[in-house]
Amino acid sequence: MALAGTRSAGQATLALAIALFLGVFLVVPVATVVYVAFTEKGGGGLTLVNFLDFARTDLFVRSFWNSVYVSAMTVVWASALALPLAYLTTRFEFRGAMLVQTLGFLPLVMPPFVGAVAMQLLFGRNGSVNLLLDEWLGIKIGFMEGLNGVIFLQAIHYFPFILVNLSAALRNIDRAMEEAAQNLGSHGLRLFRRIALPLALPGFIAGASLVFVKVFDDVATPLLLNVKEMLAPQAYLRITSIGIDDPMGYVISVVLIGVAVATMWASALVLKGKDYATTQRGGGGLARRKLKPRESALAYAVVILILTLVLAPHVGLLLLSFATVWSYSPLPDGYTLAHYARVLGDSSGYIKNTLLYSSLAAGIDVVIGGAIAYLVLRTKLPGRQWLDWAASTALAVPGVVLGIGYLRAFYGVKMPDGTPLAALWIVIVLAIAIRRLPYALRAAYAALQQISVSLEEAAENLGATKARTVRRIVIPLMTGGLLAGFVTSFATAAVELSAVLILVQSNSDAPLAYGLYVLMQTPAGRGAGAALGVIAVVLVAICMGLAQLAADRSQRARGLDI
Amino acid sequence: MSKPVRAVGIEIAGVNLSYGTTHVLKNVDLSVRPGELFAFLGPSGCGKTTLLRLIAGFAQAETGRVLLDGRDVAPLPPWKRDVGMVFQSYALWPHMTVAKNVAFGLEERRLPRAEIDRRVAEALDLVGLSDYAGRRPAQLSGGQQQRVAVARTIAIEPKVLLLDEPLSNLDAKMRVSVRRELRALQQRLGLTTIFVTHDQEEANTICDRIAVMDAGTVRQVGTPMELYENPANLFVASFLGSANILGDGDGIPVPAGKRLVFRPQHATLSSIDGVPLRGPVTHREFLGATVRYNVQVGGSEILVETPFQSGGELRTVGDMVGVALPPERMLYLPA
Ligand SMILES: Nc1ncnc2c1ncn2[C@@H]1O[C@H](COP(=O)(O)OP(=O)(O)O)[C@@H](O)[C@H]1O
Ligand SMILES: [Mg+2]
Repeated sequence: MALAGTRSAGQATLALAIALFLGVFLVVPVATVVYVAFTEKGGGGLTLVNFLDFARTDLFVRSFWNSVYVSAMTVVWASALALPLAYLTTRFEFRGAMLVQTLGFLPLVMPPFVGAVAMQLLFGRNGSVNLLLDEWLGIKIGFMEGLNGVIFLQAIHYFPFILVNLSAALRNIDRAMEEAAQNLGSHGLRLFRRIALPLALPGFIAGASLVFVKVFDDVATPLLLNVKEMLAPQAYLRITSIGIDDPMGYVISVVLIGVAVATMWASALVLKGKDYATTQRGGGGLARRKLKPRESALAYAVVILILTLVLAPHVGLLLLSFATVWSYSPLPDGYTLAHYARVLGDSSGYIKNTLLYSSLAAGIDVVIGGAIAYLVLRTKLPGRQWLDWAASTALAVPGVVLGIGYLRAFYGVKMPDGTPLAALWIVIVLAIAIRRLPYALRAAYAALQQISVSLEEAAENLGATKARTVRRIVIPLMTGGLLAGFVTSFATAAVELSAVLILVQSNSDAPLAYGLYVLMQTPAGRGAGAALGVIAVVLVAICMGLAQLAADRSQRARGLDI
Repeated sequence: MSKPVRAVGIEIAGVNLSYGTTHVLKNVDLSVRPGELFAFLGPSGCGKTTLLRLIAGFAQAETGRVLLDGRDVAPLPPWKRDVGMVFQSYALWPHMTVAKNVAFGLEERRLPRAEIDRRVAEALDLVGLSDYAGRRPAQLSGGQQQRVAVARTIAIEPKVLLLDEPLSNLDAKMRVSVRRELRALQQRLGLTTIFVTHDQEEANTICDRIAVMDAGTVRQVGTPMELYENPANLFVASFLGSANILGDGDGIPVPAGKRLVFRPQHATLSSIDGVPLRGPVTHREFLGATVRYNVQVGGSEILVETPFQSGGELRTVGDMVGVALPPERMLYLPA
């Protein structure tokens, strides 16, 4: 019993340390934001006055509805792109399917803000496409005008979230569901609409709500497209231009959190009782139909069109990074390596900072994520579920809100030399780590769930203590999964911007994403900004490849070991 | 639909079908008569579902033809065949109510609303589920779900009805009553119906004729009694009821390539004098109406079931006994 006592004491210490970390770096900042939003300026009592001000300010109300409109329209357009692809790849024998599946990774490789300026140059009023359209047909299309630009850019970036979820759901439908419909006289699109689509609704909603929230919370993309009248950008502008004492930034933050929570709640409500789980009872999926030659041509046309759109920001970014001058012409006037020389030379600090911050943040995530997963899955510690719950709430906290919370909560905390805690670069790392923690946590769960408990019991049975078992059995077996989690966290941390935007105090502490954002603001900096963007994309793509490799490797190792 | 439909025959000729390298159906020839309740009976994996899916248009044969009412259905896709199939899993759509499920096929046929409503009501009435029209499938018991699946299929007034192991998801008690209901419904509609099962009792009790299948081939077709009395081969003999199988050298000479087959209840125990089959009793079971003995005869253990009479004398394990067999009950069957 003494042994059991020390064992659970060790676990309790670990749990408390994690709880403390989450408390200080997640709960306190968010609670501060909420508290400030509900108190009178200058520290009075609780009040709703700030929210009344918000509702009475035309700019904010307009921004709110703009954000709702942009997010909703992004979901609509993203669905319009995702639906035909999901239908094609899950219900037909289609060689382009692999191509479509790889699309799923693109939004992870490059967040929308990176390609914003390049898209302006390709699709803007005087961009390549409109110049050509004007020359050939005498028309111009306002792809990028005002809110349209944000919708366009976000939709082509985020539709894979809907595509991946919807396709998975469509593949999981028991084939008898659709065969029964065919047997009763239904086929083709009508069958898809009446049977397959409703059954895949949970997958669709999961993807759509994710897209809605991501677009609603995005700060940098609208700002780079010069759209200021949206809610998340307003929060940022308010705090950076008026200061951290102005309550409006906090009110907007609370609204952002509210919208994120409401969206998740609404999607849960819609899905209630709809988790049909009609997965296969043996036997392969629905027999896929072969496309007739004409249908096949049409399918390829659709896929190529969508692929062109998806790759446009990447291509534009690449062109821009090599361009001497590029304006009022379909293609750049000339090409140069000067931008790369510049960013690898005097701007190389951005890249160094990114590598440092991302590895630290990913390291923190893997350690904490792994520890929480272990406590939840392998111990009976009371309250362990709370850790999981707390870490997961980070999903509902927009980056800009977390940034504002850190600024407010830690600005008053002074280091011995008098600099405020909030101004230290380590705070940027912590913010990024908290933002990525939910993903690392899922990876850790997955890794731990694949390890049979009996292996650990065998070790204990042979006399190993709990701590030694963890060190010698659990951690080595989890390595592949944790490594994959680390690399994924690292990659996505490298392009995290919204929290960073608020927290960066000096250029020398700024990571790559911030540098890109700043450089892209001026025509003179664009080339260098694009070069940074290309470097970021390559960095992230390499990491994603490594993560895949690590995951595969650990899969194989387990296959041999167990 | 409550009025009998014009019944249609099904003809299957020379069908071969493979999935990749597995030859699933081998030279299948069958003829189902109009209006009959016909069973595909065979062990799991023998190709019953595949044959059903072929008729419904979900599988393609490499050779051979499927005729419905004399017409080759090969060019017709599943949705144009008018073949009603009830899936083993029922495949009720969880996002629709019971009434919506039943109305689906009628809506796909673009019938007027009033007629759809009438026929849905009729179909639900026929299976005794009129009160459940507004429920979701998940709110029904297994037996009720099965009846919805049947109602959904007969609502479209199909030419033939295909039932894939319709009782397999029900508990043992339900099966007996549901199979009677299915038989009654089939009789009332006069609908040509194929009933797939791996349970010989189900096939024997409600079907007019049975095709016994084994490893992708049809081993014999006949009424339940024909199959029981005159099995064409060892597989049919042992699959329907229990059968004793003896080779040459067990006491009675058997022609080359054949075996001697007889039912346990057709044999009697006798003294060992002058009886070619004899050996020690190795086991005895009291079954109520009968007593079952295991007797070791030569290299085989055979079963003998004798009626139980109170006060009658029983043999005990170790007794040497003879097994007497009337010649007309001895069958010489190929493998
Ligand atoms: N889609 C398929 N692909 C490959 N093999 C299949 C497929 N469907 C059935 N089979 C094989 O065909 C054989 C017959 O299957 P099935 O018709 O389902 O048997 P039953 O219904 O009599 O149990 C089995 O060996 C099964 O593994
Ligand atoms: Mg079957």
